[in-house]
Amino acid sequence: MTTVGSNSQNLPKPLWLLAELTYACPLQCPYCSNPMDFDQYTRQKELSTEEWIRVLREARQMGAIQLGFSGGEPLVRQDLTTLIAEAHQLGYYTNLITSGVGMDVSRVAEFRSAGLDHIQVSFQASSEELNNFIAGTQAFEHKLAMAREVKKQGYPMVLCFVLHRENIEQIQDILELAIALEADYVELATAQYYGWAWENRNQLMPTREQLAAAEEIAHEYQAKTQGKMKIYYVVPDYYENRPKACMNGWGAVFLTIAPDGTALPCHEARQLPNLEFPNVRDASVDWIWNESPAFNAFRGDDWMKEPCRSCPEKGKDFGGCRCQAYLLTGDARNADPVCSLSPHHEQVEAVVSAARAVNLGQAEAKPLLFRNPQNAKRWRNSNT
Amino acid sequence: MNLNEQDCVKLSPLFRFQWEPAQNCHVLLYPEGMIKLNDSAGEILKRCSPDKSIAELIQELEQQFPAAEGLRDDVYDFLEVAHDNGWIQFAKPA
Ligand code: SF4
Ligand code: SF4
Repeated sequence: MTTVGSNSQNLPKPLWLLAELTYACPLQCPYCSNPMDFDQYTRQKELSTEEWIRVLREARQMGAIQLGFSGGEPLVRQDLTTLIAEAHQLGYYTNLITSGVGMDVSRVAEFRSAGLDHIQVSFQASSEELNNFIAGTQAFEHKLAMAREVKKQGYPMVLCFVLHRENIEQIQDILELAIALEADYVELATAQYYGWAWENRNQLMPTREQLAAAEEIAHEYQAKTQGKMKIYYVVPDYYENRPKACMNGWGAVFLTIAPDGTALPCHEARQLPNLEFPNVRDASVDWIWNESPAFNAFRGDDWMKEPCRSCPEKGKDFGGCRCQAYLLTGDARNADPVCSLSPHHEQVEAVVSAARAVNLGQAEAKPLLFRNPQNAKRWRNSNT
Repeated sequence: MNLNEQDCVKLSPLFRFQWEPAQNCHVLLYPEGMIKLNDSAGEILKRCSPDKSIAELIQELEQQFPAAEGLRDDVYDFLEVAHDNGWIQFAKPA
């Protein structure tokens, strides 16, 4: 978040609360950020309306201000209007992060009167065929209709496209679509390779050439739409020499509450070993944020190993992403191997060249593993 | 920038403005983001309304803060920045 004219040095506050209301979703995106075993978190295990309201109140009291309702598909929750109304009344800026599936004209209006501030609609591509293929469902026409409705009813609208090898070359069509739909903001985010996207990385990861071409077009449109539509282009870090300042630091700004009440410093963190993530059913948000061992595990820099520990840049990127460090080096305390100073940097290069080999047809391409309960079960059986 | 002092100032529909106790300041909220405002920016924005001209706004601030020097310039500077950032729009008085 940007700061203008303020220099007060505050203790970390959970400014950003991400409420993952459910993992249920009618779509099947192969880069979904939900856990591989999302199907284990059944609807019965989800927090109730009352439990969510308590979480909203407690987090707000601690300074949370941005609230994202996400999932899964948050529209699956029938109590969404109640939660929006409560959040609005508490003073949150409320963001609905949705695929648009499950939305209709009257719900868009109902949310508006409950005080919803903004709707982010995700698209899988700019063409009906590819969009429906990636989403694993016939959703494109409905998404278009809902995006138009969102604007018609006066919301600020963000359109979000996750970019990967299959759709990145259509970036110009994507941006033209966003202009036609009068988006206020467009988020072009390359898939982050965890969970489902990690499983599908060889099929999803764009090449360096694809990225360079896409970036050029994104910049061109940034200049062209200045003052009308803001384009966020999130560069993938696999081709970089320095990691991203993941989550702005562990337990610094972000608090994610998973559908079953598990509190996470980042929605990917559940995969990290040896950490027991607290649950809002057992503890207050205050204790979770300030006291729990999991939220303190990677605060500050005492946990760091070399080369981060003595690195002059550690205040800038906090050593990168813990999940990426764990995934690629086996130890979450290592430097994010995206960093060229990391002794494990070649792991990232190996991932990139494996994906490149598949792209060039030199290695066998597996079919995309779509996110659905059957595949989750199949994956579990073959990985345990 | 050439401000027309007869114009009034409207907050852009893309932003929400509020006092935020945990930050101890006024903030502008927008999709997934927040801008913290300093005291004078907060004092200016909270007085903006679609039926108040910039001239009236400045007058009101001068009455409220009689000791402030260069107030008019500060208001001009802020409105310029706010307009460039898309936080506010200028409109003919309602
Ligand atoms: S990424 Fe796709 S499948 Fe996953 S929750 Fe979002 S819309 Fe559903
Ligand atoms: S060594 Fe660690 S702190 Fe230094 S730039 Fe690399 S990741 Fe960041």
